[in-house]
Amino acid sequence: MTDPAEDVVLSVENLSIDFRLRTHILHAVENVSFDLKRGQTLCLVGESGSGKSVTARSLLQIVDRPGSIVGGRILLRNGGAVTDIARLDPDGQAMRAIRGRRIGLIFQEPMSSLSPVHTIGSQIIEAVRLHSDLDKRAARAKTVELLRQVEIPNPDQMADRYTFEFSGGMRQRAMIAMALAGNPDILIADEPTTALDVTTQAEILDLIKRLQVERGMAMLLITHDMGIVAEVADDVAVMRFGRIVERGPVDAIYHDAQHPYTRQLLASTVKLTRHVEGRLPAVAVASQPLRPILSVRNLGKTFGWHGKTNSLRAVDDANFDLYPGENLGIVGESGSGKTTLGRLILRTVEPTTGSVIYHNKDSSEVEVTSLTKKELRGFHREVRLVFQDPFASLNPRMTVKEVIGDPLVVNGLAKGKVLEERVAELMRLVGLDPMGMERYPHAFSGGQRQRIGIARALALDPRIIIADEATSALDVSIRSQILDLLLDIRQRLNLSFIFISHDISVVRYFCDRVAVMHRGKIVELGEAEQICTAPQEAYTKSLISAVPNPDPRDKRMLHRHRFVAPVL
Amino acid sequence: MSAHETFGTYSGPVHTVTDGPSISPLKAGKTVSTATVGPWKLIAGKLVRQKVAMFAGMVILILYLIGLFAEFLAPSLPSTSRPQYTYAPPQGLSFFVTKPDGSSEFNFHVKGYKVEIEKVALRRTFVVDDTKVVPIGLFVKGPRYELWGLIPMDRHLIGPINPNDPMYLLGADRLGRDVFSRLVYGTRISMSIGLVGVVMSLVLGVVLGSISGFYGGWIDTVIQRVIEVVSAMPTIPLWLGLAAAIPLTWSPVNVYFVITIIVSLLGWTSLAREVRGRFLALRSEDFVTAAVLDGSSEKRLIFRHILPSLTSHILAVVTLAVPTMIVAETSLSFLGIGLKPPVVSWGVLLQDAQNIRTVATAPWLLIWPSLAVIVAVLSFNFFGDGLRDAADPYDN
Repeated sequence: MTDPAEDVVLSVENLSIDFRLRTHILHAVENVSFDLKRGQTLCLVGESGSGKSVTARSLLQIVDRPGSIVGGRILLRNGGAVTDIARLDPDGQAMRAIRGRRIGLIFQEPMSSLSPVHTIGSQIIEAVRLHSDLDKRAARAKTVELLRQVEIPNPDQMADRYTFEFSGGMRQRAMIAMALAGNPDILIADEPTTALDVTTQAEILDLIKRLQVERGMAMLLITHDMGIVAEVADDVAVMRFGRIVERGPVDAIYHDAQHPYTRQLLASTVKLTRHVEGRLPAVAVASQPLRPILSVRNLGKTFGWHGKTNSLRAVDDANFDLYPGENLGIVGESGSGKTTLGRLILRTVEPTTGSVIYHNKDSSEVEVTSLTKKELRGFHREVRLVFQDPFASLNPRMTVKEVIGDPLVVNGLAKGKVLEERVAELMRLVGLDPMGMERYPHAFSGGQRQRIGIARALALDPRIIIADEATSALDVSIRSQILDLLLDIRQRLNLSFIFISHDISVVRYFCDRVAVMHRGKIVELGEAEQICTAPQEAYTKSLISAVPNPDPRDKRMLHRHRFVAPVL
Repeated sequence: MSAHETFGTYSGPVHTVTDGPSISPLKAGKTVSTATVGPWKLIAGKLVRQKVAMFAGMVILILYLIGLFAEFLAPSLPSTSRPQYTYAPPQGLSFFVTKPDGSSEFNFHVKGYKVEIEKVALRRTFVVDDTKVVPIGLFVKGPRYELWGLIPMDRHLIGPINPNDPMYLLGADRLGRDVFSRLVYGTRISMSIGLVGVVMSLVLGVVLGSISGFYGGWIDTVIQRVIEVVSAMPTIPLWLGLAAAIPLTWSPVNVYFVITIIVSLLGWTSLAREVRGRFLALRSEDFVTAAVLDGSSEKRLIFRHILPSLTSHILAVVTLAVPTMIVAETSLSFLGIGLKPPVVSWGVLLQDAQNIRTVATAPWLLIWPSLAVIVAVLSFNFFGDGLRDAADPYDN
């Protein structure tokens, strides 16, 4: 064994980064210290706004203006020599020599990090030639080799393809190849899998981990997902509001956390690995077979012209029933058609085939697909939508009172004093202080905005709420709060939910039954517990087993079930 | 409603504002909360921080004030000609006179003129005579006028104390008319023709752009093709043709309105495109979908949700469109097919500077009206740019 101090390739000491804003100085990072060791992975974990990305960017001196390093040292060790990155000129020769060659960086968004007008190969060749004096032919050979290492099939041909011809996962692989082009000994991965589907995420994490071990690189992985941390980390640093609140080996963090914030973060993650307790699904309680509140039969949507080869079956022959008081989850990866299915039920997208039958309170049946525009308004009062993006879904030019009260005003249900009282009541119901009624949405945090959106959905006393990725944009601790709020409201108001999500843990926690969608088809439909513990279909198995498990002693992803979809 | 009972009161935790990274103020003092500040205040706040735009805004304001009080600000009437002072050069304002004994005394004045005969061309020219003193004053009595055509007055901000003395601060033209006074009167016409023209383009552009963007489909296609055809037309020949169709017997006021209509008929297309683009983008925003699902009617959707998000952008586009109108009027009038004397506009003033001889002997005929056009156009552009940057207070 070598001396442990020699293994440290980069140490950050008391790093502080300030953002000089118009009205105040934001201390984005305060007194942060950590070491990166050869062959080891440090996970910097924290929720949005914790300063974890800024910390990572400062290691390469690419902090966006108006941010600047105001204190501390970033010591990069090279044999006996030590360079303080914090002292280097961001545009200088010395700094450029470090970027790519000593420290490689993988971004979150592979879509925007690759140029759309150059081939993947030429972009990597450029990176290779920047860091070596290889000629074009040799650089290309190295590029192909790099692409092979990141497991891109037919690397020789794929090098001549453009970015748009690559899927999200392939793009991230190409990004990794580019980051490795300069043979760095430190790899920084800033949320490398956040934009990817869960099965792709598992593959990319596998790949990064394997490359890191093979090359003996030190890795700094930035993430918000405690599950990923458990799967790949050796050491963990938990960040909150610009400070590291706890630091230690991964096992100690997960099984012997000291700081209350770490425990809270873990608790909210672990909570979502089980179905919510103390409640039986409505279908199971009923003694006699219940009448569904909504029945979807053979629902389909084809984009493009029928029968043509370039037409896309976004939703293909969907069938399910929603029972009163039930939470039905629709889970699937991006492009599986889950969002379109939700929109088809509401008819904001017109279905091509099939029918949606809604059972009214007076037990009459309504065929939703043949409603007129005017009748549809009545249906929309009883079936409401909660949006994914808490920022885009609230009109920034209306006060919270106007936003929540709008459905009531539009439908002529309340005005003046009554309206105000009703809005206050709705705000209390979703856990907001009615004093904030006159504020504009920009004054609220993401979680609070989502509560406003929920209050708006509840304003018309709906019977069904379709929640389209309603918790995806939220931090994990806020996410479980919102889920609990929805469960609480469901109990009080006897609602049914159709909960659309890509996040299996959320669906597992929240839903009674789950429909798994893949390429527009519902491949499996069953009890949530059964789908999550004993899935039947091959696709479901691969999906479930790719979910990172927030326990370093049980790394589930490593022995996951792999599923190769048949080529269409 | 039954739900009122079922809701009850919520006893769970009330989510309060979360804390975040620590902050410290730049300067000691209170920080203003933006929580209840409306969008217009945010826009104004953003605009005020742009120094260039604010300065340009001040210039625009001053130009309009000059236009508004033209009669009072101009020392003489724009049509008063005094052939004895043809092409008189500009005089400088002076504040002190040197008395014969060498001491100086405060006396607000301009210098008079003397006639010299140019030896080669044998032409009469005026030169400023430093020995002649024409005393001038503020709020002096001068030629009678009616402010805004209503209030009869004879006071002028500045003028010679003896009304018969010559005062040509920016020189005189071929007929011995005061260029300064004409420029002041021209400000009124030139600055307002921009506004009137833009208001007409605005109506056309917003209505057609909204319809096009909101309904889409074949309506959109038709309107877009019309826009393309209109913007493909060569503007100058079209203006020429339309302006030539104006009967010579029409009064200057009628001609003025017809010219604004002609200019705005071609100016609405860019505005319509801008509005359509914004409509298309906003129509697919989540908050608009939410409003649809709330049961909002199309009217409410447009007027309550989409247009309010657009107004600041429209305002910016309009501000940027005004200078186009001003330049269009100037070019038309310069070419002699726009406004015609006796109406005074910057373009009409520039007509006098059409031949090279005039420019050589009396360069002030070219310099001052051009400068006025440049200042006005630049101010509108800078202000419009600032407004456009401030128009969306919610993107960071």
